[in-house]
Amino acid sequence: MQNLLLFIRKHWFVVLFLLLETGSFVMVANSYSYHRSLAFNTVNDFTGGIFSTFANITDYFALKPANEKLQKQNTELLNSCPGSFLTTDTGFVYRDTLYKYVPGHVVSISVNHPSNYIMINKGSLHGIKKEMGVISGSGVAGIIIGVSKHYSLAMSLLHHNTRISGRIKKNGMLVNIIWDTGDYRFGNIQDVPSHVELYPGDTIVTSGKSMIFPEGLVIGFVESSTENPNIDFKKGIIRFATDFKSLQNVYIIENLMKDEQQNLLKQNDE
Amino acid sequence: MNSRLVKNSIRFILLVLLQVLLFSNMHLWGYVTLYPYLLFLLLLRYDINKTNLLLIGFFTGLTIDFFQNTMGMQAAASTLLVFARPAVLNFYFKKMEFAPREEPGISKLGFTGFLKYATTLVFIHNLLLFFLEAFSFHNFFATLERVLINTVSTVILIMILEMLFSKKKKSL
Repeated sequence: MQNLLLFIRKHWFVVLFLLLETGSFVMVANSYSYHRSLAFNTVNDFTGGIFSTFANITDYFALKPANEKLQKQNTELLNSCPGSFLTTDTGFVYRDTLYKYVPGHVVSISVNHPSNYIMINKGSLHGIKKEMGVISGSGVAGIIIGVSKHYSLAMSLLHHNTRISGRIKKNGMLVNIIWDTGDYRFGNIQDVPSHVELYPGDTIVTSGKSMIFPEGLVIGFVESSTENPNIDFKKGIIRFATDFKSLQNVYIIENLMKDEQQNLLKQNDE
Repeated sequence: MNSRLVKNSIRFILLVLLQVLLFSNMHLWGYVTLYPYLLFLLLLRYDINKTNLLLIGFFTGLTIDFFQNTMGMQAAASTLLVFARPAVLNFYFKKMEFAPREEPGISKLGFTGFLKYATTLVFIHNLLLFFLEAFSFHNFFATLERVLINTVSTVILIMILEMLFSKKKKSL
């Protein structure tokens, strides 16, 4: 025992170095698991506060394009209002609310790491919870994995743990979207049955099977696909509809029926 | 002593803010990210207590991780940097006389001396960082190329910053 203490004292520099490195590696390893990154939550109001102060300044440089995007989106929303339909249009059915959208603002975002995150200026005070969906004006953007009082952190589509269930819009076929290309514009389409035709330009939308995103939100467009007759499943490259590099305004989606859906699943398990 | 602590704190805050607000968001040619905050670790005084050196390295890296959401990566890399620092200083400048509490800056080591010193340590930092980020040796040469380009770019920025800093010191 005494010898051990002597040894540690003699090589204290190396021992402390190894301890600190072990600590760092444990942290890195933790961040590589989806479930642990849900539990291990690094959002806090301090870093969020600094980022949003800075974003307040830099946002001015992008006001014009942001306005144009908002205007376009407003037009789309107005077009879908009941008031904008003809009264003779009896086909319009008003449904009970399934999803609620909370507008948010991006305070920090990364695109060049193997796991990228988006920090948003809405937190538990605004009703944000883990595993809510995040969309931009143009398409799907990510999934909330951490919430503090005023801020929340989303794992973006550009994360090696993200796996989004999608559908090819024209024929309804289910596919999976992942990201491992290293390029923030493109993702991978997986599990496409080989008999399904996949052409550049085809739209991929959300399948609505995940309880996170509503059905039919645009994820992106097919860029190219690979033909391989030996394999049962085709692969493809998708160009994301969301431009992560210029992302500023997002909407967080709350699924109001999620509890009911999960309870139903639980009942089935019992 | 106190003024030294104030000076180091200001340097720490300025470099960390510069890092997380500007350079962590800037990716030259799409994939080169500069790490000017390493200058803080390079400029710690020559005869610093080794335990403090390791702890300062670790927590500086952790601060950057905190902002970038890259938990542990910068901490691991900058701990390795400060661990190698005494050996690198000893290797290049064995014969040089240091006054107590002197900083191994450009005014002490000279342009080429500081260049060698900075390049070696930044390379060590980047090497661990990028392999940790890739989490594999799968694309060994692609990663190594990234490390080299990134090191050169970061060292150029650090040299510019250090020349600006040390010039100011003389005029004061």
